[in-house]
Amino acid sequence: MILVINVSSEKLYYYEFVKPILDILKKGNINFFVKKCSDVNSNDLDKAEKVIICGTGLLDNGFLERLDCFNWLVDFEKPVLGICAGMHIIGLVFGCELRKKCEIGFYFLDFINDFLGLEGFEKAYLLHNYYADFSSSNLFSEYCLRGLSSAVKHNYKEIYGVLFHPEVLNKNMVLKFSKK
Amino acid sequence: MSNSRKLGVLFSGGKDSCLAMHLAQKEGYEIGCLISLFSENKESFMFHTPMIEMTEKQAELMGKPLIIEKTIGTKEEELVDLSRVIKKAIRDYGITGIVTGAVLSVYQSSRVQKICNELNIYCFNPLWQRDGIELLEELVRENFEVMIVGIGAYPLDENFLGRIIDSDFVSESKLLNEKYGISPIGEGGEFESLVVNCPLFRDGLNLKKFNKVMTGENSGFLEVSSE
Repeated sequence: MILVINVSSEKLYYYEFVKPILDILKKGNINFFVKKCSDVNSNDLDKAEKVIICGTGLLDNGFLERLDCFNWLVDFEKPVLGICAGMHIIGLVFGCELRKKCEIGFYFLDFINDFLGLEGFEKAYLLHNYYADFSSSNLFSEYCLRGLSSAVKHNYKEIYGVLFHPEVLNKNMVLKFSKK
Repeated sequence: MSNSRKLGVLFSGGKDSCLAMHLAQKEGYEIGCLISLFSENKESFMFHTPMIEMTEKQAELMGKPLIIEKTIGTKEEELVDLSRVIKKAIRDYGITGIVTGAVLSVYQSSRVQKICNELNIYCFNPLWQRDGIELLEELVRENFEVMIVGIGAYPLDENFLGRIIDSDFVSESKLLNEKYGISPIGEGGEFESLVVNCPLFRDGLNLKKFNKVMTGENSGFLEVSSE
């Protein structure tokens, strides 16, 4: 059972950033349940085998005011995948800083090691005004070398962060995480 | 969660922009205006050109103001024109976001995203990454009457023009997709649609004249006019 967390402040963003993830999970016959980040409780975290924290729209930074809702991440031992805003959240919880950088559209990313099935040059869809800078983190390793943190994994836990939106071009990555 | 935002809809008169607007209204957003570009380029990359004139009539049936902008329809000029018309919508109707019917086209959606980001307004794509068959089924379920008014791919022929998207159409779309790779939603320009009636309209479009114009064996459009 995967807990999918909606961080959007706007109702319409559910269709754009959460539903595409749910559709991938449905097609993979993977069970899930969805919660807004402010509604996640300890029962949800106990019930979940894995967690996906979704992205949101370019100007929707409301999640920054709700970071307290993610304090559980520090001691969480189950796999987590943070997508774009979800990666920002993981970075902020683990002491990284947000930096300004706007990227919108197709980009080629160079994965230096296997990252949930992605390796070498892969086309990906980016949609962000900020990124979480993991470059000085001792807890996370970068899997994509391009000057700004685009794919990271915790060194001791199954916590992944991706700046790109795998629900657009890299759907298998979501499945790989979910079935791992 | 906020849902008091006033939005402008990039409106072509086809099924995707109408369904996107319908979803926005269902979620409680206020629609401030519709925005249509009349492209003089019949091969427009950004905007569906057949039947776009019908948007005036559709806007009237929805009781929504419509902003019309003409564009010569070349790739980048369209973006300048789109930015200008969105600025006008912000100024005249106080919108703080745009709704589009983008489904799979990163080309289309990323350019609108960039314009909205530059103008500091929200961009919503509620049909983003939707499964084509699921989307057609939703149109039928939500009582959208959608007519096929343009075709542009083998094996679609003139018999396809004028068809209404119903459960038979959905079944046939599955087969066309499996056998010929035809997008069920016409994402690759395989066909164009016109919403004749839907829950957003106070009444249906009253179409009075139909004329099938074939420009090739598998390309053509339906000339229609409304009363």
